[in-house]
Amino acid sequence: MTTTPFGAPAAVRTAAVAARATDLTKVYGQGETQVVALDAVSVEFRQAEFTAIMGPSGSGKSTLMHCMAGLDSVSGGSARIGDVELTGLNDKKLTRLRRDKIGFIFQAFNLLPTLNALENITLPMDIAGRKPDKQWLDMVVDTVGLSGRLKHRPNQLSGGQQQRVAVARALAGRPEIMFADEPTGNLDSRSGAEVLGFLRNSVRELGQTVVMVTHDPVAASYADRVVFLADGRIVDELREPTADAVLDRMKRFDAKGRTS
Amino acid sequence: MFRTALRNVLAHKARLLMTVLAVMLGVAFVSGTLVFTSTISDAYQKSSEKGFTGVDVAIEPHRKSSEEDNPGAVPQLSQHLLDQAAKVPGAASATGTVNGFAAVAGKDGKLVGEGFNSSGANYYAGSGGKDPRYPLKSGRAPKGAGEIALDAKTAERAGYKVGDTVRVSVDGPVLTQRLTGVFTTDDGNVAAGGSLALFDTATAQQLYAKPGEFSRIDVKAAAGTSQAALKTSIEKILPKDAEATTAKELADEQSRVIAQSMDGMRTSLLVFAGISLFVGVFIIANTFTMLVAQRTKELALMRAVGASRRQVTRSVLIEAFVVGSVAGVAGLGAGIGIGAGLRSLISGTGATVPDGPLVIAPSTVVTSLVVGIVVTMLAAWLPGRRAAKIPPVAAMNSVHAVATTKSLVVRNTIGGVLTAAGAALVLTATSSTMMGLGAGLVLIGVFVLTPLLSRPVIAASAPVLRLFGMPGKLARQNAVRNPRRTAATASALMIGLTLITGLTVIAGSVQQAIDKMATGALKADYVVSMASMTPLSTDVDKKLSAHPDVTATSPLRSSPARIDGDHQSLTGVNGATMGKLTNLDFTSGSFSGLSGDKVVIDDAMARTKHWKLGSSFDVTFEDGKKGKLTVGGVYKGNDLMRGIWVDKETLAPHQSQIDDRQVMVKVKGGADDKVKDSLAKALGDNPAIQIQTKQDISDGISKAIGLLLNMLYGLLAMAVVVAVLGVINTLAMSVFERQQEIGMLRAIGLDRKGIKRMVRLESLIISLFGGVMGIGLGVFFGWAAGDLIKKGISTYELVLPWERMGVFLLLAAFVGVLAALWPARRAAKLNMLAAIKAE
Repeated sequence: MTTTPFGAPAAVRTAAVAARATDLTKVYGQGETQVVALDAVSVEFRQAEFTAIMGPSGSGKSTLMHCMAGLDSVSGGSARIGDVELTGLNDKKLTRLRRDKIGFIFQAFNLLPTLNALENITLPMDIAGRKPDKQWLDMVVDTVGLSGRLKHRPNQLSGGQQQRVAVARALAGRPEIMFADEPTGNLDSRSGAEVLGFLRNSVRELGQTVVMVTHDPVAASYADRVVFLADGRIVDELREPTADAVLDRMKRFDAKGRTS
Repeated sequence: MFRTALRNVLAHKARLLMTVLAVMLGVAFVSGTLVFTSTISDAYQKSSEKGFTGVDVAIEPHRKSSEEDNPGAVPQLSQHLLDQAAKVPGAASATGTVNGFAAVAGKDGKLVGEGFNSSGANYYAGSGGKDPRYPLKSGRAPKGAGEIALDAKTAERAGYKVGDTVRVSVDGPVLTQRLTGVFTTDDGNVAAGGSLALFDTATAQQLYAKPGEFSRIDVKAAAGTSQAALKTSIEKILPKDAEATTAKELADEQSRVIAQSMDGMRTSLLVFAGISLFVGVFIIANTFTMLVAQRTKELALMRAVGASRRQVTRSVLIEAFVVGSVAGVAGLGAGIGIGAGLRSLISGTGATVPDGPLVIAPSTVVTSLVVGIVVTMLAAWLPGRRAAKIPPVAAMNSVHAVATTKSLVVRNTIGGVLTAAGAALVLTATSSTMMGLGAGLVLIGVFVLTPLLSRPVIAASAPVLRLFGMPGKLARQNAVRNPRRTAATASALMIGLTLITGLTVIAGSVQQAIDKMATGALKADYVVSMASMTPLSTDVDKKLSAHPDVTATSPLRSSPARIDGDHQSLTGVNGATMGKLTNLDFTSGSFSGLSGDKVVIDDAMARTKHWKLGSSFDVTFEDGKKGKLTVGGVYKGNDLMRGIWVDKETLAPHQSQIDDRQVMVKVKGGADDKVKDSLAKALGDNPAIQIQTKQDISDGISKAIGLLLNMLYGLLAMAVVVAVLGVINTLAMSVFERQQEIGMLRAIGLDRKGIKRMVRLESLIISLFGGVMGIGLGVFFGWAAGDLIKKGISTYELVLPWERMGVFLLLAAFVGVLAALWPARRAAKLNMLAAIKAE
């Protein structure tokens, strides 16, 4: 698998950086109640790569994702999507950036109950007032296997189907990078596996870039690379992970955390 | 989680705040009305009691409507009776009064005060030449025909000092009097902002009665004689056409009259307060429904651990009780403020209210609190019952059970039946009670149907909303998402606008009908009458007909008569000129030859009496003489131009006192300002006389109706304000419920402006929906009421006030925009992350 169906060469793919954090720091509160959620984190997410961010609760993994995705402000350092520096962008520009360059998948699906599946998928483009790329859209819908259910409302779909709609929504705008926040947290294992499969396919076959936050080693095993976070710092990294290897590392952090 | 919990509580508080405000406004209206009316009636009562301080027994003419009387006889009290009354055992003194209308001109020539409470009376110089009722502040009492005294307030207002020349008019001609004295008085009319001019008794008798006659005799008891004893001894000397009343009875009677008129005012104000409260009920019900839905899990848990259904319902009702009590107390406080404010507002504009302390009756306090609590608990009752129906298992479900969207079939059926029944009643109504009942049914029926109606009506707005892109589409879908809630919110506005539109349609139509009636049949250029609607002196007609520019005049004067044993009024006109002055349709005959025993009658009378051209009938004139009249024409009458018209010369020999209601004037070259000035000059620039063109009459009518309408608008404004609170409430709740969605929309790229626009458009849709429904229903009611009104006003025709209706629609839109201000800001400020994370 060296080329995508759209022919992006593997060499270019691995070279370009889709998003980069440099000394990214996030501090909540002030004085004695101050909590350092991110402590000078530096990390790169390469194009056409599926990265999982793992770590125990409170490690800062969600905060890292929120800051990288322009959902939260940063206290220090820099966060870039492509070559756009997020720090210093006003709300309007950040919103536009999220709309045009970033795709989101949430744990709670977050579909609009008043719109049908297709309308939910094209929502970001409708907001932007853009016409969706028909060919790409059809392929995305095919990939997530929703062709027969486009006219259904979210409450007529199962949890797995809803999350697939959410994946399609994130993909439909051909974002530079997709962020997924515990995308399988509300799903049974079979539906979860399906969704993770789609995420991996979108990277391998469509050349998308995915960053996923999870605390499930099985989910992380779908990724090309796992970044481990603890106490607001990157403590380890694993390439081509298996569930066992991830679990193993996690156990080690836990043990370290207990002895220290 | 603490943060979200705190946010929950704060949002909760804000939500209840709107409910409290809505109830509070209604209660404030109620208590304000009660405080205001009891304060005013107390003040009037005190001032009327003061008015009787110098009187123990009053003698007044008693008019018996017996057959043997002459139709026009008005009994008066003689000087002889006065002298006798003063000598009755137990009487200390007796005072005779004659009174009537007296307009006082200010230095600028304009009327001082309002026309209707400008009165004149006699200064009755008793022992020592003083009248104890009118203590003189400066100068001396009026003596002789050329002198006058004024009450201190009027003298001050007009800037008159003793020795000045004052122009006064009683029934037409201007009297130029010398001001000899300024007095103070407890007279109720003066306390209420009127003016009082005093003449010496002989002059007053000449002006208002006949020499030597009085309209009332007040007798003061000697020390040690009770009012009742004095009355008994006076009754022995009374002629049969007079009666004696003690001052206490008079004061009681006056109190009763005051209480009665206050009752009417209070009732109508309370109706409007009731409307506001009724509108408030929707908001309360909405709020509690939402609170219950949001607490499903908590309530289910209570059920799971053993709370009974009744206990769950009770917990909701207790919350309502607390909200109602707080709102009741706050409303009472605000109402007392409103009551005080209203009084000073009214006395600030016209000083027509006597002074007195603010009266807060215990019943006012109790009523306000009870109304606040009962209304709130009643509105929360249904949501409370719904809360009790939550199954305990709902506590266990991970996905919290959204309030089941029950089918609307039952609701729609009930609504359909109610609306149909109401509409049928409205359309076939023969009385205003039936009409009101039907209108109420339709209003309730349509309210029950609003969830059904909301979908198609709001869907119709889609093409317009498409212009606003995605926020427009989302707003439209959000608006129909919870039809019940949208319906309740829109209904609150609908009720207010239905009433406002209905009243506007009816008032506009009535105005046009009256206008048509008053001016349609008029060919005269001017109509001259008294500003006070009191009769004119015949001098006016004489002076006007002598004016060089005038080509024709005719008075309209009434004379009581009896025909076939019934009382009938004959209208005296100038038979020779009526054809030039009026434009009446004759079904047979005409004005020509209207003289001698020839008369013209209106078509209604011709029908009931079975008279036609040439019929003749017997008549008893006001002096008791009998005669025969012949029908010379039948005209199409209306409520202002009707009855039997007779040439004035035919009536003159029978009339002891001739009063003209108005004089119609035709001038050379038509109405113009110069002619009008010249006519006014010919009449001595009399402030009490108004010379009106047709346009002036129309303007007067539209002004009077406009004033009434504005007052009603003001009263209904409260219901609209409450409706605004309702829209704010609903939006705030929706925004709160949809935090997660809004957070998602922000995350995937809808900017703050877009979110704001979405909320604003939703608000606009709901408000305009309510507005369209309200205006539609209002027009329907206005149209349906037409048949009923036609019975009273034959010229009534439906006039649709398009401009006003446009304004009302704009008002509804404005309500929408205004109500969305705060919720939209809140939605745009929502923290994206908290919104996404929120359960």
